Amino acid sequence: MTATLTPYVPRDYSLTGPEAARAVQAGLASAEWYHSDVPRKVMKDLMQRRDGPALRDTAIWLGLMLATGAGGVATWGTWWAVPFFLVYGVLYGSACDSRWHECGHGTAFRTPWMNDAVYHLASFLVMRNPVSWRWSHARHHTDTIIVGRDPEIGHFRPPQLMLAALHFIGIPDIFLHFRVLARNAAGIITPDEADYIPETERPKAIFAARVHMAIYAGAAVWALASWSFLPLMLIGGPRIYGTWHMVMTGLIQHGGLAEDVLDHRLNSRTVYMNPISRWIYWNMNYHIEHHMFPMVPYHALPRIHALIKDDLPPPDPSIWAAYKGMIATLWRQRTDPTHTLFRALPPTARPYRADLHRFDVERGGA
Amino acid sequence: MTIWLDVCAVEEIDPEDVMRFDHEGRTFAIYRSAKGEVFATDGLCTHEKVHLADGLVIGDTIECPKHNGRFNYRTGAPLRSPVCVALATYPARIAAGRIEIAPGGAA
Ligand code: FES
Repeated sequence: MTATLTPYVPRDYSLTGPEAARAVQAGLASAEWYHSDVPRKVMKDLMQRRDGPALRDTAIWLGLMLATGAGGVATWGTWWAVPFFLVYGVLYGSACDSRWHECGHGTAFRTPWMNDAVYHLASFLVMRNPVSWRWSHARHHTDTIIVGRDPEIGHFRPPQLMLAALHFIGIPDIFLHFRVLARNAAGIITPDEADYIPETERPKAIFAARVHMAIYAGAAVWALASWSFLPLMLIGGPRIYGTWHMVMTGLIQHGGLAEDVLDHRLNSRTVYMNPISRWIYWNMNYHIEHHMFPMVPYHALPRIHALIKDDLPPPDPSIWAAYKGMIATLWRQRTDPTHTLFRALPPTARPYRADLHRFDVERGGA
Repeated sequence: MTIWLDVCAVEEIDPEDVMRFDHEGRTFAIYRSAKGEVFATDGLCTHEKVHLADGLVIGDTIECPKHNGRFNYRTGAPLRSPVCVALATYPARIAAGRIEIAPGGAA
């Protein structure tokens, strides 16, 4: 597939630089996006909220965390602790992200307080300020991968592959997140944060950061007092040793795909995954579908995928296949940052709209 | 005097659902509650001007399809971030099996 691009100008990914004004001027900010057609009655059914699936999944999640955490504590100092913490780490350091995300959208449970309770717990586990990240994620949905507007772009061009690899052990992620929490706890909101957090919400962001920092301080004091790493294996540490699954699934959400387009089929990726990864990730592997229809709960995403898949590029058949395509693209972007992975649409799909992008993407056969 | 505008037949909106209604350059969201009462609000979300009629009615609330912000559609009150600003509401009634709204308010 070919694409014609305008000459590359190094980009400023901040929200307050010249790219922000350019995005607004180009009509890319808060714009209308492409949606596949789904009849209203069907969509209404897909959007229905239920408590059952998320109650079951949350009970399993917290139950397993409790059991493996207790196992790790009981066997601490022996090799038996390793498998316990391997599982505990992923449940804490990776599954927290999908719970944070889905409850942040308010779609996991039907009952609002349940969404809020799990959202706050997961925000702590994932080390994100529950207030500011709510706003940042709203912006990510308004202006997905629009440079100068989206605060959650995971891959800057040209890509730094070594840095991306370090993310698998939470570096520099954990330090950056920690720095933000510490800064917010000190009462400081940066200009970028001020760009998407309304003034009335900022005191709440500061309060939440203080609560998180107090818990981390408590864990650190406990570790020092007991002269043991065990408290940090239980609190905070999993964001290093258990975060790999979150990073593995997160990097392929948009990696290598187009910037500055108004069609999620061009900038998001749907990937078929094994059931365990889908459970940890709460079906966010259906990422195009999630971005097109964020009000569809995680448990209904496979159904909407089945309905609209003929209007989407073919999904990557596995995590491995997604990485193959993404890494090849990122590798080329090191020397040619304009290089972008475009996928052909099946003949049944409505075409990508050239008027919404800076480039024309040829229509291909399935 | 209240000026009532004809919107549609009652059965055109399912119970616990919403419909878009455009009139003279304005857009409204018309709701039918589970009990069959009707309500009207501005059609666009106060957060980013998205049509609420594409959203989901849950009890007395309308959830915006873009960022899942929620309003009470009876009062217009914002219930869930990212919406912070209330939605304008308008009188609505059923007359002879048809839904009518008063965009200018009740006199
Ligand atoms: S546009 Fe309605 S919640 Fe954002």
